[in-house]
Amino acid sequence: MQDFGAAFGEAFALIAGLDAGLMEIIGLSMRVTFSAVLIACVIGLPLGAVLAVGRFPGRHILVVLVSALMGLPPVVVGLAVYLMLSAAGPLGVLQLLYTPTAMIIAQAILVTPIIASLTRQVIDDLHGEYDELLRSMGANRVGMIATLLWDARYSLLTAALAGLGRALAEVGAVMIVGGNINHVTRVMTTAIALETSKGALALALGLGIILVGLSILVNAGLMGLRKSAERLAYA
Amino acid sequence: MFKRSIPVLLSSVVIGSAALGSAAFNTASAEEKFIVVQSTTSTQNSGLYDALLPRFTAKSGIEVRVVAVGTGQAIKNAQNCDGDVLLVHAKSAEEKFVAAGHGVSRSDVMYNDFIIVGPASDPAGVAGSNDVKTALANIQRARAPFASRGDDSGTHKKELALWESAGIDLSGASGGWYRETGSGMGATLNVAVGMGAYVMTDRATWIAFGNKAGYGIAVEGDDDMFNQYGVIQVNPKICANVKAELSKTFINWVLSKEGQTAIADFKFNGQQLFFPNAGDKPNS
Repeated sequence: MQDFGAAFGEAFALIAGLDAGLMEIIGLSMRVTFSAVLIACVIGLPLGAVLAVGRFPGRHILVVLVSALMGLPPVVVGLAVYLMLSAAGPLGVLQLLYTPTAMIIAQAILVTPIIASLTRQVIDDLHGEYDELLRSMGANRVGMIATLLWDARYSLLTAALAGLGRALAEVGAVMIVGGNINHVTRVMTTAIALETSKGALALALGLGIILVGLSILVNAGLMGLRKSAERLAYA
Repeated sequence: MFKRSIPVLLSSVVIGSAALGSAAFNTASAEEKFIVVQSTTSTQNSGLYDALLPRFTAKSGIEVRVVAVGTGQAIKNAQNCDGDVLLVHAKSAEEKFVAAGHGVSRSDVMYNDFIIVGPASDPAGVAGSNDVKTALANIQRARAPFASRGDDSGTHKKELALWESAGIDLSGASGGWYRETGSGMGATLNVAVGMGAYVMTDRATWIAFGNKAGYGIAVEGDDDMFNQYGVIQVNPKICANVKAELSKTFINWVLSKEGQTAIADFKFNGQQLFFPNAGDKPNS
């Protein structure tokens, strides 16, 4: 199909021209995505570790629940956050609807279960290995969780990257709570949806190619960071 | 117990930290004057707002943030007070909105018309028609695929009214030759083009649409296919968050000679897409 050729042409022209509108959209995409993943890590890493190490009633149900929430439909999360933040909703006074903050909230909710679940698995494996050692050193639960999280930091990067991928690619939730407002809440995915609905398929696909390229860059960057950190650690 | 308390705890942590995380960004824009306009995909997709709004912002210093959804959803959002102004195209629904006290008053802004577009093969033999009722009857008789918005938008409401006035009962046809996409105008056009279906669209979206793929206008020019847009201020008495002054300034400008001229000046490939008619007719 000729559309694919045209799409690469569009993508190249946009990048080569350093299109100001595109840069703005990319900037907002990155800000929303990284903020959401950061929040999801702050909640998800300790939550996952507690689920792996903790021994309390209801833990297994919680493990299943968090794992199931990895499949949260973005549109449902978007709708729920909309109803919370709407002026008619319980948090309407905060005036957050149609702002990047609303988008960050929705994405953090989507990404947290992914990070928590993957963290639980990683820490669970590690815990089996080091449990006795840590016990013999007299570590308490909190110290044990902190030690395990730190020891697993390179593996946990994969969990963060999985969350990053979900957030970067997500369109349903940010469309509802952000409103796809030009210069305010328009990100890569909502821009792609808009161009598709205008029938500008080549441009839409071109933006998609750029988004995939960004995702590759981000992943390569973080993995490179891990490699050099590992080299330093074991040098 | 944890099932209840943990989500609550989590959501407060998420909202708190998200608000903190982007506080730096938001303060920059919070000081700017802006209003939120709940509007339709047709006005957004055709590029009208890109041409219109910078002129208003340059003059007034008020930024206009447009949320473009179907008319049904726009009205629903405005009922929830999530917007200062409503600019849509479903007159009877708009009048209901005002009558229920959600809006202050309704004014005509501009119009264009609806058209039915179809594939070059024209399976129902309706191309060139200017009689929409007969054309719809022919489409039904031929069982020719017809793509409907099916999303309670202004266009969808209008399409249903036309089927009804043509005396055609669609129950039983849905899922057969009558296909409801449940999506916006552009998305529905993409679907129709993909399956060779007829589809009703507003003229502005069609002219600006980039994926025509051999499709052409089949039915146009019937008086019944008139498409009126109206503007309504969301009632500040019910919605305390509505910026009464700013939204009034916007509405007055859109209805003013300057705003109306700006609408008339907007062209796509040399074609005028919207025809201003504020104050032409007495409003109900």
